[in-house]
Amino acid sequence: MEEKKGFLSILFNGIIKENPTFRLLLGMCPSLAVTTMAKNGLGMGAAATFVLVGSNLVISLIRKIVPDKVRIPVFITVIAGFTTIVHMLLAAFLPEINKQLGIYIPLIVVNCIIFARAEMFAQKNGPISSILDGIGMGIGFTLAITLIGSVREILGAGTWMGIPVTVNLFDPAVLFILPPGGFMVMGLLVAAFNKITERKRKETGNEADSEAGCAAGCPGCSKAMHGGEA
Amino acid sequence: MKELFAILIGAMFVENFVLSKFLGICPFLGVSKKTSTAVGMSGAVIFVLVLSQAVTWLVNHYLLVPNELEYLQTIAFILTIAALVQLVETILKKMIPSLYKALGVYLPLITTNCAVLGSALLFVERQYSFVQAVFFGFAAGLGFTLALVLFSGVRERLETCDIPEAFKGMPITLIAASLVSVTFMGFASLIIP
Repeated sequence: MEEKKGFLSILFNGIIKENPTFRLLLGMCPSLAVTTMAKNGLGMGAAATFVLVGSNLVISLIRKIVPDKVRIPVFITVIAGFTTIVHMLLAAFLPEINKQLGIYIPLIVVNCIIFARAEMFAQKNGPISSILDGIGMGIGFTLAITLIGSVREILGAGTWMGIPVTVNLFDPAVLFILPPGGFMVMGLLVAAFNKITERKRKETGNEADSEAGCAAGCPGCSKAMHGGEA
Repeated sequence: MKELFAILIGAMFVENFVLSKFLGICPFLGVSKKTSTAVGMSGAVIFVLVLSQAVTWLVNHYLLVPNELEYLQTIAFILTIAALVQLVETILKKMIPSLYKALGVYLPLITTNCAVLGSALLFVERQYSFVQAVFFGFAAGLGFTLALVLFSGVRERLETCDIPEAFKGMPITLIAASLVSVTFMGFASLIIP
């Protein structure tokens, strides 16, 4: 019973408490670049989730064999392998999405969420927990970027998932599907997330371990968080 | 020559790596708190970008394409970049300690900078020649520098502002970035190469 609860909390951890996009502020590049449409957000999220679950699983399986010194190149190779798989699958079955997402699919390799989870979680936990963590984080990421994509698409193009929704309400402001809109919507949503979940938890809770995980894989990101919080 | 100029203007202004292609957002938001660190980081990025463009172009052209291994591009590029950054760090430490002192802290951050892998993937997509690819790396680095240094100036001003509680930290930084990005949209009407 207790174990089951543990698994569930691992799964839900990534969705709100440690939401990779709004809380840990990881993987900013794809969150901003591909979210001009809700559909793109969904596609990117699904691709990243696949890579996340696969690499978490493999890394947790090989964590005891890999010497500490070469762990970073090994992790990168595993992640790059899964990224290549997802890239080829998309090219074969969903060429339209693949074209829309362009170079941001191969760029999943340098998405800090995946590396951070490998360092912070998969390296220290068993395969089942690692898969659940990958799924949870993936869903959290997908929900977050789909939300950003929805806001931008509704405000900027007046549609949602391609369906017109604001025809008689207001004229779409093109700015929101252009790059500045990405920064702005992201900023407003992070502010809203802070307001809703209260800042208190941020200071006590996960700052320490996210810093540890990021330090090796994506120091730029961990610095970004500190820069932001100070 | 005309082509190279188009690449320069394109990568620096029209499709600035940070502000319109969203590559290298992590260091853009992370090290832009002070202008001095922004300059140091930019120097390291230009240095690595030029080198990595040259090496990945050679790897792609002489190893991957002749053997029909293009599908390994992502893996080959990221490993090349990781190894290159490590190598540069070691060499600088031994040979030019002064330069290492200036750039050293920033070098490890660059492996996971999407601008480096992104520009490698872009020269493949655009079928650049060796010179074009290297120059593209240089121009992209300059564009990164421009955005980073400009933005660090904005952020230094933000320090003294009275910001609503929920917006403190990252949200206001992102909104400031949005406004800087608006200014770069002015260049959009220039011809895209």
